[in-house]
Amino acid sequence: MPNKYPLWKNLTIILIICFGLVYAMPNIYPPDPAIQLSGQSGGMLIDNAVLKKARDSLNEVGINHFGGYSDGRSALLRVTDSSDQLRAKDIIQATMGDDFIVALNLAPTTPKWLAGLGGKPMKLGLDLSGGVHFLLEVDLNAALETRLESDLEDLKGALREARIRYGSLILEKTQIIGQFRRDTQVEEAIKIVRTKFNKLQPQNMPGQNELTLILELSESEKNAIEDNAIKQNLTSLRNRVNELGVSEPIVSRQGRNRIVVELPGIQDTAEAKRIIGKTANLEFRMESLSRGGELFKFRKPGSQGVDARLEKRPIITGENVTDARASFDENGRPQVNITLDGSGGWAMGHATRDNIGNRLGVLFIEFKTRLKKVIDEEGVLELVPEPYVEKNIISLATVQAQLGKQFRITGLDSQNESSELALLLRAGALAAPMYIVEERTIGPSLGAENIALGIKSVIVGLLAVLIFMLLIYRVFGIFANFALASNLLLLMGIMSLLGATLTLPGIAGIVLTVGMAVDANVLIFSRIREELAGGLSPQGAITAGYDRAFVSILDANITTLIVALILYAIGSGPVQGFAVTLSIGIITSMFTSIVLTRGMVNLVYGNRKVERLWI
Amino acid sequence: MDLADKHKRKKIKVHNFMGIRRHAVVLSSLLLIASLGSLMTQGLRLGLDFTGGTQVEVGYQQPADVELLRQQLEIAGFESPIVVHFGSDSDVLIRLQGMPDQGLADRVYEALMDQDEVVELRRVDFVGPQIGEELREDGGLGMLAALVVVMIYVAIRFQLKFAIGAVLALGHDVLIVLGFFSITRLEFDLTVLAAVLAVVGYSLNDTIVVSDRIRENFRKIRNVSSADIINESLSQTLWRTINTSMTTVLVLLSLFFLGGELIHNFAIALMAGVVIGTYSSIYVAATVMLAMNIDREDLIVPEKGELIDDLP
Repeated sequence: MPNKYPLWKNLTIILIICFGLVYAMPNIYPPDPAIQLSGQSGGMLIDNAVLKKARDSLNEVGINHFGGYSDGRSALLRVTDSSDQLRAKDIIQATMGDDFIVALNLAPTTPKWLAGLGGKPMKLGLDLSGGVHFLLEVDLNAALETRLESDLEDLKGALREARIRYGSLILEKTQIIGQFRRDTQVEEAIKIVRTKFNKLQPQNMPGQNELTLILELSESEKNAIEDNAIKQNLTSLRNRVNELGVSEPIVSRQGRNRIVVELPGIQDTAEAKRIIGKTANLEFRMESLSRGGELFKFRKPGSQGVDARLEKRPIITGENVTDARASFDENGRPQVNITLDGSGGWAMGHATRDNIGNRLGVLFIEFKTRLKKVIDEEGVLELVPEPYVEKNIISLATVQAQLGKQFRITGLDSQNESSELALLLRAGALAAPMYIVEERTIGPSLGAENIALGIKSVIVGLLAVLIFMLLIYRVFGIFANFALASNLLLLMGIMSLLGATLTLPGIAGIVLTVGMAVDANVLIFSRIREELAGGLSPQGAITAGYDRAFVSILDANITTLIVALILYAIGSGPVQGFAVTLSIGIITSMFTSIVLTRGMVNLVYGNRKVERLWI
Repeated sequence: MDLADKHKRKKIKVHNFMGIRRHAVVLSSLLLIASLGSLMTQGLRLGLDFTGGTQVEVGYQQPADVELLRQQLEIAGFESPIVVHFGSDSDVLIRLQGMPDQGLADRVYEALMDQDEVVELRRVDFVGPQIGEELREDGGLGMLAALVVVMIYVAIRFQLKFAIGAVLALGHDVLIVLGFFSITRLEFDLTVLAAVLAVVGYSLNDTIVVSDRIRENFRKIRNVSSADIINESLSQTLWRTINTSMTTVLVLLSLFFLGGELIHNFAIALMAGVVIGTYSSIYVAATVMLAMNIDREDLIVPEKGELIDDLP
């Protein structure tokens, strides 16, 4: 009998629709405003005692909260009234102190059974949640130059040592260019480069009359330096972003030399920029022998006491440190190897020449903000952010010999200490300078407005299409409308499941999908009408209509999909959001408008005698 | 609905679309000349996404006087700021184009904060000049890539003459939508670029459906002129073309009126695209095919490659 689906097909359709329903569902539960608490360093225990302290601080000022929860690494506290959220954050921060990161968060309220199935609400893009987006460009040439500068110095030394005379040896952009007087000197220089500087590659073959030698870093070495520079910058950025107290920050590499930073829900963009732009710094200073100088505390008080007096004038700063690595000395004791750039090495040599036997201190400087409790004229407790600089000694070691470009700090207690010191030394400077090439800030109220507008336009657009289809295609319009609604469900379900981010252009994509998804049904139904007019029986017209329209639908959708994929490939954030929803919408609409409506048509008309189709 | 009833009871009426194709050629030529002329002389009013620069959107609690704000900003030392209302008269958009300075937006906001009124920072966009340039290149490249890939697909699935017709129709639509933005001086930003690419998708959808029917009729009907077959095909798909355009325009109207200022131009671009795409799928693609003397012979070979669908 024509126009009847086997049971398994019907069941599959129902199953897929249920799938869409279940995974779209988390989106209807509005999230709770919440405060998230975590430690400055990863190892801190955030247990119930910490949670209780935070709770008590809120109870004290009468902010209603519920659902406190901690998993040992972080804690979450939901606030009843969203207008209290910001104040709650400030109060908890002031109570807990600077060792804790307190962030605003939106806690999902997905029911347990849904969460158990892997259901989660869609992520909102910055244009909907409010927040800041930065695109930073890393100056990779600067990283290469830094490296070449130190190679150049070493090469000069090696040539002098081997008594090879050279006219000049200079750095030009990312090339080292040497001028020689005789071709034998060039040959010998190349030999030295080949044996001792295998990362440098001669770019030309100097011959009889060619006395210029051009050296470049090998491709693989260049890539390694660039990768390292980006990685180190990423690490320092992550550390800095953590200080901002953002619940779900994104810091990731984009392309060869760019880094994206996204900070959802942040209010104070100037503060964000200050922290991202500014770095911790280092200063190397000799210990003050007189009563003069400045008194600093140790970052970690230990065998050397609580504080020490250092000279007022720094010898070098963190900018001169090109590398710092933890390792072990000959006796297996932990040490940190430090490499300075050329001018840093010179300054260090000069300063330590007359100071052998004295102690050299390393000062770690951080730019921070804290909240200060202030009672204003009306007697209300207010929290005022206050920037401050913190300077602590991270190392104080005796100078054993005149120091140069490379030296080491020994006498460290443990491997932990050496790796932490190395990390701090490296964090003092970025591997390569970065600058902001794009910034987009969306205020929280504009974000909320965008969501409201988006939802409204989807609903109104959907209603208009539903009414239109019902008027034009009657009973078949109902099928098409049911398919359209299922399509939206599936689209939302899949986007939620994939963890796709919903943006304003994404919503526009959904609206457009609504308009275009019915196209398949319009095609099929027009065809059925035609076949009816052409004299086919109702059952025959249904079969012919679906069969013949299918090829057109497939071709049309594949071409649209191609365009959507190209959009995704070339587009940046907002355009990609649009492309993603459009692509998923096209695929789901193929299912709902062909398979689902056919199932319904079969259920209603299939397997029986039909006089007339209400189409 | 009586439209549907009338349509159903009668055998489908064949309109002589191709009979007036010379008029269509004239109309398309005029539109293209106007578009190209405007694009070449005054170009597009590119938005911040492409030019680079800084813009700040701020909200006041009462209607804001843009002229006053402009003067205040000039006094504060900003060079020729553009200050306009955005969406409502209490929202203001301040634009400082072509100044690649990253801290500018903050200083603008600080300058506005110094005034007495309560001002809320709604949005800041800073785009470095190199980003804008890259976007311009990528946008043009994407458009070309889309056209080429589509042409290849259509040439494989249909036939070269169809592919040429489809791509010329697409180029026609894209140029006219761009020309529309150039003539009306509406701002062309990243979302509008996305809309133009979506127009490519939409217009293609239309053209493919029509081409599909033309192919089917060429195989089915014999001893009839190519023009008649195309007329018949266009008439058969006319209702589908109109209904789909209607539903799409309905949702676009919803986006236009309710979607907010940020996707206003997106909706306009797509609406222009749907109108011109509907027209071009009827007139441009088919006219091009006729001009290339398409006939049965062109379509006999692919028969064995016909896609057999096992779906219902």
